[in-house]
Amino acid sequence: MDSLVPLFLIIPLGIAFIIPLAWRFIQGFYRYLPAAGMLAMVVMAFNMLFSLQGESIEYMVGGWQPVDNIPIGISLIADPLSLMMLIVVNMIGLMAGLFSIPYIDKYTGENYYYSLFSLMVAGMNGVVLTGDLFNMFVFLEVSVIASYALVAFGSSRDELEASFKYQVLGGIASMLILFSLAMTYWYTGTLNIADVSLVLRSDTGSNTTLFIQLFMIAGFGLKAAMIPFHAWLPDAHSSAPSPVSAMLSGVLIKAIGVYAILRLFFSMFEMSVEMGWVITSIGALSMVLGVILAIGQWDMKRLLAYHSISQMGYVMTASGIAMVVTASGGDPGVAALALAGGLFHMFNHAFFKGLLFLNAGALEYSTGTRNLKELGGLQDLMPVTSLTNLGASLSISGIPPFNGFFSKLIIIIAAVKGKFYFLALLAVIVSIITLASFMKVQRYAFLDRLKSPKLAKVKEVPFLMTLPMIVMAIMCLAMSLMIIPGIRDTFLMDAVNTLLSKIS
Amino acid sequence: MIPYLLCFLLFLTGLYGVLTRKNIIKIIIGLCIMEYSLYIFLAMTGYIEGGSAPIIDPSKPAGLVVDPLPQAFVLTAIVIGLATTALLLAIAIRLYKKYKTFDIDRINTLKG
Repeated sequence: MDSLVPLFLIIPLGIAFIIPLAWRFIQGFYRYLPAAGMLAMVVMAFNMLFSLQGESIEYMVGGWQPVDNIPIGISLIADPLSLMMLIVVNMIGLMAGLFSIPYIDKYTGENYYYSLFSLMVAGMNGVVLTGDLFNMFVFLEVSVIASYALVAFGSSRDELEASFKYQVLGGIASMLILFSLAMTYWYTGTLNIADVSLVLRSDTGSNTTLFIQLFMIAGFGLKAAMIPFHAWLPDAHSSAPSPVSAMLSGVLIKAIGVYAILRLFFSMFEMSVEMGWVITSIGALSMVLGVILAIGQWDMKRLLAYHSISQMGYVMTASGIAMVVTASGGDPGVAALALAGGLFHMFNHAFFKGLLFLNAGALEYSTGTRNLKELGGLQDLMPVTSLTNLGASLSISGIPPFNGFFSKLIIIIAAVKGKFYFLALLAVIVSIITLASFMKVQRYAFLDRLKSPKLAKVKEVPFLMTLPMIVMAIMCLAMSLMIIPGIRDTFLMDAVNTLLSKIS
Repeated sequence: MIPYLLCFLLFLTGLYGVLTRKNIIKIIIGLCIMEYSLYIFLAMTGYIEGGSAPIIDPSKPAGLVVDPLPQAFVLTAIVIGLATTALLLAIAIRLYKKYKTFDIDRINTLKG
């Protein structure tokens, strides 16, 4: 079982390098290769999750075993949380990979697209698995460099401009992260996450630690597009090709932004009330401002991009609550509940937001526009897109029995139990505004009457595009089952316990 | 202390360039300067006063050596920096072909 862990890096990296070398020789195989690889990784991740039963395994890359308990090599750690992230990343990657096959057909240089796509997934898998800070930085750069290129893939005016903006802000974020890593190394003399946490355990609240933590929040917050750092996200996510937007919004901001923040601030640093409040306030700010910015948008993908900021705000708020409660010595049950709600919402968001971006891509593919004012009356012409979009809209705005309802409910219950009444109220209000905003999408795009005679000839998208949308809509319903006790323990509570119990 | 201050000054120079210049190429140069200051800082974290190069020589006993790990980090970071700079410049060239200008005030189709 141990030796399977590096396959999560080898498969996507291998695919990324085979395609540019061999695409000339075998016609068209590269279209299916990334999807096949990701299917294999989803199966492997499920298998490991079931066979490990809440345990975690550590794989030393290159066989460099620790000397006198001091790690000298890079370790890959597969624990329930990282396995859940791997499942989500590769599942969304599989769906977006299938969706790309008809969608990317109109672009030139398709082989490079699939190669960059695999490289992005390889980077995310690396960030999720690694147990070493510098290695995390390297994989983070691998995935963001691939995503810079993918955002600019169509090389039209918008895409190039969005990519440039994204690169400048992403470059600054990488520098902040690298600087905080340099400070961590200077202060603790090690970069292994478990080892750093052992060193930092003895000192709580020293100024140096606070300094490092603030730089890390700024760096990873920029990558996760939390509100004061969000300027690049609406441009980059709305200009990219739709399957790439689904990947960026669905998993990239989680894997390299929110997941990294959770990992570092729960497992590596000592939890402190101050940092908990910083994370909570950033999250609450993103939650509210994101949805307010979203409601006036008429470009469907731009609207979805602002909603990503808002929904990630929920995750950050919930994790911040968990951190404040734990650090101030409150009820561990409340902390676990808040964190469970946050993680559950993060997994759910990957599915419904990925689905919404695929729907926007299907609309653009069929009608050539994503301006809601120009669309209308497509319900009968595009039944699959319309129905799956309705499912995802209900899911994101928290209507039972869809998954979004349960995760938001858990977050709100945890906030009330922890006596954060104001945050609970904000979460409810934001959820209502989200519903209003998605009713607008549904009405203008699918209900209404046909606005122009051009639209009368619109046809439903090809099978390879409808299949991922249907599968993801079913997942939106099926993930509600994660609330049932037996299933919850395997998929959710093990991951929560990974974060809340420190490595000893 | 002075090397650290100079390194910080270099970082601020780069940041000033990124924030105030209107020309895309100058913004990229500003980003590069920021990166270089970080590389210098990273290399300095491994420096030990009076240390020599960390080469194991069986004929001589191991004396005081500098920490070699940050040097490996700097090399990796330089390679990553090369990739980002190359991509930025490639995008800058494509932008110039589309807009016929390097001025970011005139490259503004995306708003809000």
